[in-house]
Amino acid sequence: MAVDLEAPSGFLTTRLRQAINWGRKYSLWPLPFGTACCAIEFMSTVSSYNDLSRFGAELVRFSPRQSDLLIVAGTISYKQAPILKTIYSQMAEPKWVIAMGVCASSGGFYNNYSTLQGIDRIIPVDFYVAGCPPTPENLLHGLVMLQEKVAREGLVPATERHARRAQA
Amino acid sequence: MSRKLLERLQQEFGTAILRTADQHGDAVIWVAPKDATVVLRHLRDREQCELLLDVAGVDYPERAKRFEVNYLLRSLARAHRVRVKIDVAEGEAVESATPLWRCADWHEREVFDLLGVPFRGHPDLRRILCHHEFEGHALRKDYPIEQGQPCVSTEKLFGDHEIEQASRRSEGVAAAGDESGLPSDLLTVNIGPSHPATHGALRVEVLLDGETVVRARSEIGYLHRCFEKEAEDHTWHEVMPYTDRLNYCSALLNNAIWAHSVEKLLGVQITPRCRAIRVIVSELARLTDHLVCLAANLVDIGALTNYWYLYNVREGIYQIFDKLCGSRLTTNYARIGGMSHDLYPGFAEETLFHLGRLDEAIRDVTGLVARNRIFLDRTVGVGAISREEALSWGYTGPCLRATGLAYDVRRFAPYFGYEEYDFDIPVGEHGDTYDRIMVRFEEMKQSARIIRQALRKLPEGPVNIDDPRVILPPKESVYGSIEGMMNQFKLIYEGIQVPAGEAYGFGEGGNGELGFFCVSNGTGRPWRVKVRPPCFPIFSSYSRLIEGGMIPDAIAILGSLNIIAGELDR
Repeated sequence: MAVDLEAPSGFLTTRLRQAINWGRKYSLWPLPFGTACCAIEFMSTVSSYNDLSRFGAELVRFSPRQSDLLIVAGTISYKQAPILKTIYSQMAEPKWVIAMGVCASSGGFYNNYSTLQGIDRIIPVDFYVAGCPPTPENLLHGLVMLQEKVAREGLVPATERHARRAQA
Repeated sequence: MSRKLLERLQQEFGTAILRTADQHGDAVIWVAPKDATVVLRHLRDREQCELLLDVAGVDYPERAKRFEVNYLLRSLARAHRVRVKIDVAEGEAVESATPLWRCADWHEREVFDLLGVPFRGHPDLRRILCHHEFEGHALRKDYPIEQGQPCVSTEKLFGDHEIEQASRRSEGVAAAGDESGLPSDLLTVNIGPSHPATHGALRVEVLLDGETVVRARSEIGYLHRCFEKEAEDHTWHEVMPYTDRLNYCSALLNNAIWAHSVEKLLGVQITPRCRAIRVIVSELARLTDHLVCLAANLVDIGALTNYWYLYNVREGIYQIFDKLCGSRLTTNYARIGGMSHDLYPGFAEETLFHLGRLDEAIRDVTGLVARNRIFLDRTVGVGAISREEALSWGYTGPCLRATGLAYDVRRFAPYFGYEEYDFDIPVGEHGDTYDRIMVRFEEMKQSARIIRQALRKLPEGPVNIDDPRVILPPKESVYGSIEGMMNQFKLIYEGIQVPAGEAYGFGEGGNGELGFFCVSNGTGRPWRVKVRPPCFPIFSSYSRLIEGGMIPDAIAILGSLNIIAGELDR
């Protein structure tokens, strides 16, 4: 963006950030990186009964270049890990990540030679949703919490944001 | 029945058969590695063992010949169940069975990958479940379960040479004719491992000439979660939640068949009520399995409306599961010797209500697609496979029945009292995508029929067997008496003491025959559990099914095979 929106330069900047974030939080385009059981519950979340579109996030994209929310639904094995990392790096800023279910969050009860013990070892995570698999309501709750986070955020790219957090 | 077969084999081969046994009705024979192919060929050609179910390796580090390779064979025509055992020392090779059964290819690769047993004459002996940078063999007893090995790259499935060869063949150019020096113009495309149409983590690398698939090779293992290693690390009943996550679309079927397999090894008989409950929940799970498969398959070929119709019913059944087990997907409901608890009050009424909605949904959806021109063009004749070829690839379940062969474990070797129910086995004719889809629609009607019968004549009585060595004591006893507390403590910490031995327990899963080959050394933990995942051999034929077709056909075929990564990669 041409204007430095981060500088504390006045009224307009603050309002613009709010306006942009308001737009962002209700138009998240998720990329479901579904590998296992959680992907089935993600399908339930998108279907009629739970209906993800009520929260403005129904436009599921399968291209990382078109999406800004990566939902990692399922166990990530070491074999899968380089692919997940590539997909994440192909997403344009601003981008957010939800780790859906305990496998994506921590490896779950698969503490073994093949399972990555949490995706946060290779990519930054914004929100962890517990459950094995989480119910659709649980995932929706995670999405709403993420929306609040999006609304609070500045217009800083995720990579920079996570680098700052790591320093602090 | 197995005794006669064993006698015949001994007459035929004499001392080449080292030892024989009858284990739970399975004919078991031991042969030396050098005689294996002859015996296996004889079994296939003379004893009509047309199906190679699985190849299971077991590691016994203390033995001189450390590894035991089991070939699990089945004759549908003569109802034989045969297991051929071959003992090999470290580094000693087994003759590959790939010339006999096409599905032996992947089964043997798996034994090679996880145990390091080489197979002589195997066309493509690479790792299959572990990644290509992995060192060592994970299922050996000396490999620590927690020793992870990160992977940094992805394997190329086609070498440059192969691409060039395929390209020349595709253009019909003689090998020496083309001297232009131009690069091959076949396009290499990866479908998966993160692709919406693969429904999970599968990868297929295809060489395309325009939109036509000239060659394809599939790669699995992206969801390898070490079920079998985890099983060795847990007590028999602690394995139950892991079985939920094999075929997560029908967890209750896995639960019931796992319990059934261990009960076979234990030699216990479950109660009549438990059998009926297992039939009901198994059939409900089959419904959810087929519903997910059909909904996803239809949406992949552009019929989105059907997805909502079918998913709404599935959501209803999930709500029943949620009430019944406290979880929608990963149910963990069966127990060895019984069930976790009885059905809840009102279960029958709710189930009948949702079965009514199911009938409606099947009517709506088949009304939309069964004679729909676009649907017919996309599915009829697409990905067809003959009966003989399907058997050689190790097909079971709806995919085999679509070729016209009425093989269903519920009829072939009834368990849980399936012989008491009245149901038909729907079969197809051409073994194509259309038949596979329609067989599933018909099977759902049959499952609903079974559930209605079972609910009508659900026997009263206890759900669990009365055996303190197997079943946890009631909570009043645990907190009220020292015996109860000790019993609980022993069962939880040491596990059920399963007598030493082997058993192959099997049943009709969502995708075909699901089996657990269990080996016990007499302790509370399994020595070895080998899953016979129905979609593993089916997916190994995928490249063969899509070669020569177009990319959209490949997607339609994949959906109709119903590949579930959790079960495929375990």
